[in-house]
Amino acid sequence: MLVGVLALQGGFAAHGRMLRALGADVREVRVGADLDGLDGLVIPGGESTTMSLGIERERLAELLRAFAGPILGTCAGLIVLDRAHLGLMDIEARRNAFGRQVRSFEADLEVAGIDGPPLRAVFIRAPWIASHGDGVEILASVDGHAVAARQGRLLAVAFHPELGTDARLHELFLASCDGTTD
Amino acid sequence: MRDESTFRVKAGLAEMLKGGVIMDVVDDEQARIAEAAGATAVMALERVPADIRRDGGVARMSDPLMIQSIQAAVTIPVMAKARIGHIAEAQVLEALEVDYIDESEVLTPADEHNHIDKWAFSIPFVCGATNLGEALRRIGEGAAMIRSKGEAGTGDIVEAVRHMRAIRSEIRRLGTLDDTELPSAAKELGAPLHLVRGVAHEGGLPVVLFCAGGIATPADASLMMQLGAEGLFVGSGIFKSSDPERRARAIVEATTHFADPFRVARASEGLGPAMDSLESRGLGDDQLLAQRGW
Repeated sequence: MLVGVLALQGGFAAHGRMLRALGADVREVRVGADLDGLDGLVIPGGESTTMSLGIERERLAELLRAFAGPILGTCAGLIVLDRAHLGLMDIEARRNAFGRQVRSFEADLEVAGIDGPPLRAVFIRAPWIASHGDGVEILASVDGHAVAARQGRLLAVAFHPELGTDARLHELFLASCDGTTD
Repeated sequence: MRDESTFRVKAGLAEMLKGGVIMDVVDDEQARIAEAAGATAVMALERVPADIRRDGGVARMSDPLMIQSIQAAVTIPVMAKARIGHIAEAQVLEALEVDYIDESEVLTPADEHNHIDKWAFSIPFVCGATNLGEALRRIGEGAAMIRSKGEAGTGDIVEAVRHMRAIRSEIRRLGTLDDTELPSAAKELGAPLHLVRGVAHEGGLPVVLFCAGGIATPADASLMMQLGAEGLFVGSGIFKSSDPERRARAIVEATTHFADPFRVARASEGLGPAMDSLESRGLGDDQLLAQRGW
């Protein structure tokens, strides 16, 4: 299985490490041609303004909208997927919703669809989902704010599953790339 | 259970800055230009290193009003510098809720023996290093991100290359030693043994490693990324050049596509003159900022 990680800027290396540890082949995606033949795509955390400018510079927006496989967006990746950016998910992200770095935190988080003990979720200058359409399933919340959502083949989380050692969220994503779920 | 300011949260922000360019800015106007050009963060300071060098005198933390005006102007992370060992400046920057504090040799050191105890702060710190021992001493004090020092304000890449090569080759050398040899290596490096063990086993630092000091062109950016930098700080190189906006975009592009010479070539086209530069070799010992800190 070949999974792409958008590598214009941000936490792409940590995603790559985790995906490889789970047995996937990983390709860093910097230009449009890198999207060919992928079974799934991760849009990592980073700075969403930097990433959006990179997507514009590389003329990737249309190609990303046309990408047919599963996509996992984390933190800035969640923002990139929202209505105001790629418009792939029917969600409205609020940037830096939890505040500046001093408000960044980690917490135990129950995520629908992930069995066993809660995930240790790392939130860094994280967004939350301020509103969403009917087709979106909210998978987790913090203080009443939605921080994880699924819409068909698209999975978006406001935290950083790639920074811990718990690979269950990536396993969930890879299972969808494999076609073994849905 | 919810925990703020864990080391993972501190080091994690640097992880999100990877592959990006952090730009020195002296006012909100420059900060907006940097953000629009694709900077992943800005470093708020009153004078860029080239001007600090020219003006001489004591260089200190910036005016809080100036830092706040930059925080209000952009949504990307805002960093600010405290003098080496100046605990109170760091406390002020923490009170202002900057996203990262740079305990920086570019400012005049406040303490010639002790760096700040960075574990005592909830805001993460980045510190400069010229070699692996220095990097690990700073991490031992709580730094959550390291940048090679280079020689700030010169536009000369040679010191950045020296420091990055020193750090990377010392990391590789540790990987060739067996566990019995590591305590002696730790003693030579002047670094905590547990961190030396970690580097030997993992093949890298436990935090993100950026490069700073002397980057002036897209090719400089590509060079440092090829030598193992995970991202870049660019100080005087952008806003002291003839066309800051264009050069900022070009350096961002060259940092992403550092391994593709055709993209670096395209990014380098028609940028106009780079900053006025100084050859590091021509500087006296008292003018070398990289020698501050230990």
